[in-house]
Amino acid sequence: MTQLLIEGRGLSLTRQGTAILSNVDIHVGAGEIVTIVGPNGAGKTTLVRVLLGVLAPDGGTVTRKPGLQVGYLPQKLHVDPVLPLGVRRLVTLTKRASRAEVDAALVEVGGLHLAEKAVSGLSGGEMQRVLLARALLRRPDLLVLDEPTQGVDQTGQAEFYELLRTIRDRRGCGIVLISHDLHVVMAATDRVICLQHHVCCAGAPRTVAGDPEYRRLFGPAAAEFAIYSHRHDHGHDLHGNPLPCDHDHGHAHTHAPTASDEVRP
Amino acid sequence: MILFEDFILRALAAGLGVALVAGPLGCFVVWRRMAYFGDTMAHAALTGVALGLLFGITPVAGIVGVGVVLVLFLTVLGRRGRHASDTLLGIFSHGALSVGVILLATMESVRVDLMAYLFGDILAVMPADLAWIWGGGLTALAMLVVLWRPLLATTVSPEVAQAEGVPVLAVQVAFMLLIALVVAVAMKIIGVLLITAMLIIPAAAARRFAASPEAMAVFAAGIGAVAVVLGLVASARWDTPAGPSVVAAAVAVFAVSPLAALLTGRRG
Repeated sequence: MTQLLIEGRGLSLTRQGTAILSNVDIHVGAGEIVTIVGPNGAGKTTLVRVLLGVLAPDGGTVTRKPGLQVGYLPQKLHVDPVLPLGVRRLVTLTKRASRAEVDAALVEVGGLHLAEKAVSGLSGGEMQRVLLARALLRRPDLLVLDEPTQGVDQTGQAEFYELLRTIRDRRGCGIVLISHDLHVVMAATDRVICLQHHVCCAGAPRTVAGDPEYRRLFGPAAAEFAIYSHRHDHGHDLHGNPLPCDHDHGHAHTHAPTASDEVRP
Repeated sequence: MILFEDFILRALAAGLGVALVAGPLGCFVVWRRMAYFGDTMAHAALTGVALGLLFGITPVAGIVGVGVVLVLFLTVLGRRGRHASDTLLGIFSHGALSVGVILLATMESVRVDLMAYLFGDILAVMPADLAWIWGGGLTALAMLVVLWRPLLATTVSPEVAQAEGVPVLAVQVAFMLLIALVVAVAMKIIGVLLITAMLIIPAAAARRFAASPEAMAVFAAGIGAVAVVLGLVASARWDTPAGPSVVAAAVAVFAVSPLAALLTGRRG
């Protein structure tokens, strides 16, 4: 049993008479990648905000491991050019760090070349890596990413999720992902929670992919992605990989980019 | 030589004291797009002065008191979200200015120079005022230094800041109260109608020279100081109104800042 980092039980939140979350259970353990999928407006971001303590739930409880360090990557971060902010300054926004520590974090995400750039000039993919480095500098027990690959091309997405797995393997931190990129995420996650205000279904990617509730929410196309990722998982199993995965995932480097190439028409 | 008269030196000292704190604080006003809030706070100060005179307490206490009430109202009403924030600010801003003028006009016991409150009277600064300006200004500056890191994090992303343990609401309220304090400090010198200028113009002019938030704050303080000196010298030389001359000088500095940035090769 992995160490429990954060747990929400019976979370409910109502706004203007509409139930955004109703009786949602979620838990994340150390070294685990949990992905929250669901259609637009399903309450994914709200759920994460409740877990992070940004929003207070109307019902239910959130329990955190004492002293839990959280690193958060928001859906988007717009820095107005009127604020002269360099990458080095952005990554130390909520935590001081030495120059060497900043360099090390940027190397870890493959973004050392961005160190001296202005934040307002970064592309979507560059911004993501910088934000990830920023979160890593906090030495997080738990990384939370809200649709981290919005506006990033297919190859970039697959690379990014691969990077997340590497970070998880190296640091043993828990990761919560919100995503629309079902096919890519399926291959890079230990557990999926399918949300439509309530938890429709949850479990290992292949279990969720076979669930009628999941197919109803995302349609046949999504199921195809899921079946594909099932095969992908199977490949992992040939390496004798149990779920949740807790060993080196280096071999997946070659899979992920190919996966995205094949899946999209 | 008129430039070395006592009252001119006092005016310079007062103006520099204001510029030193208004520049760095103004950077946050610019970054957070709160220029209209600064205006509202400044206009509310007039009501604060009037209430202070009415109840026989010091005007500064009146200004800070009204500032606190304003911040509370905006925080509570803003959260309800029934009106856009600029609508709320417009209501408070013009409401407070009008109420302030009415109160001052109907006060029979006190003769008040309304123009001095609206546009400032830097040449009438007394040694006691200087003590208040520098004392209050340095206090505000020290508070800003303490607030700097959480306030910058909140400015870039309130969401991330909150998720990572920054007390966002407290930081935002503290920042608004800091503006109220600086308005109280600067009012005598520059007047309620022009205070926002000393917050935003030096900060805006500093942008081109700065590559980091901290550098922009330092440049803004420096540019504000230059504007004070230029404005007061011009005022003494050509006998123009002092407060507006300082603001006009700041605008002039802003206007030439692209050229200066080009010549010095500094780009942010």
